[in-house]
Amino acid sequence: MGDAAWHEDEDTAGPVVRPYALTGGRTHYQGDEFDLVALIAAVDAPEPADDLHPAPSWAPEHDMILELCRTPLSVAEIASDLELPLGVVRVLLGDLLDRSLIQVRRPAPVAQFPSERVLKEVIDGIRAL
Amino acid sequence: MESVRSDADAAQGDSALTVKILVAGGFGVGKTTLVSAVSEIRPLRTEEALTEKSIGVDDTTAVAGKTTTTVAMDFGRITLPNGLVLFVFGTPGQDRFWFMWDELAKGALGAVVLVDTRRLADCFASVDYFERRGLPFIIGVNRFDGAGRHTAEQVRDALDLSPDIPVISCDVRDREDAKQVLITLVEHIMRTMSSRQATISY
Repeated sequence: MGDAAWHEDEDTAGPVVRPYALTGGRTHYQGDEFDLVALIAAVDAPEPADDLHPAPSWAPEHDMILELCRTPLSVAEIASDLELPLGVVRVLLGDLLDRSLIQVRRPAPVAQFPSERVLKEVIDGIRAL
Repeated sequence: MESVRSDADAAQGDSALTVKILVAGGFGVGKTTLVSAVSEIRPLRTEEALTEKSIGVDDTTAVAGKTTTTVAMDFGRITLPNGLVLFVFGTPGQDRFWFMWDELAKGALGAVVLVDTRRLADCFASVDYFERRGLPFIIGVNRFDGAGRHTAEQVRDALDLSPDIPVISCDVRDREDAKQVLITLVEHIMRTMSSRQATISY
């Protein structure tokens, strides 16, 4: 029961606990839906969503994400806007996906098969900036 | 989940046309400046528990009890006039955060490696990484005041680059230069793709 043991715990746990307190300590979302540039869009909930939010793991940040994603936003932008670490945002997005409150549009796999047409469009688009 | 990845065309319908480009290079070489020349810059951070992936590379013995590490990076989102969305990510300045590099490189079209000729060695890790991963990249030589002018060939020789990799000189503060760097990369990707396709025999 030494004080020392307590402090030691605090020191090692502190940095993890702070950002991940929001997620109830969960640090990873199982799944690869949430690519950095995947677009997240809030789904219109069929009326009062409140009873769909079973308490313990629901945070104001869940609602903030839904608010932000009324117009589709990338995972990276959500993390940046909320000033939250990427890992935390992925866990929160996982909660929302589990409750079907968001839709995920994954980036088109252009990197594996970039068509010449898409690449030309990228070049034309950059030129026109 | 569904096997969208196996069929690029079928996936186009319900997936977003976003492309991702990386900007890498040593600390202070101008990565953030390049991104901000073409886009608004946004900070992104991730806080990761140190795993076996980073332990051993990251010397934590000096910081007893440190179990997480914060990785900070920048990115910009550019909606091109034709509707395509281009993301440009600056890689974390610390080359040892490989887990983040893997995450950034996944699905990326290619990369720009920025070089300061006064500190050429700073870009070695980036060049090695993209070569190993087979991700197309070009070299942008940032013209710093006071840096001697090195020719593209000198930089190419010093980095032992294959002859097809473009090396271009640029001032990353200049918007037109920054655009030209990105265009040079995408043109290089096009050439890489067509030569790869040419070597596939049907």
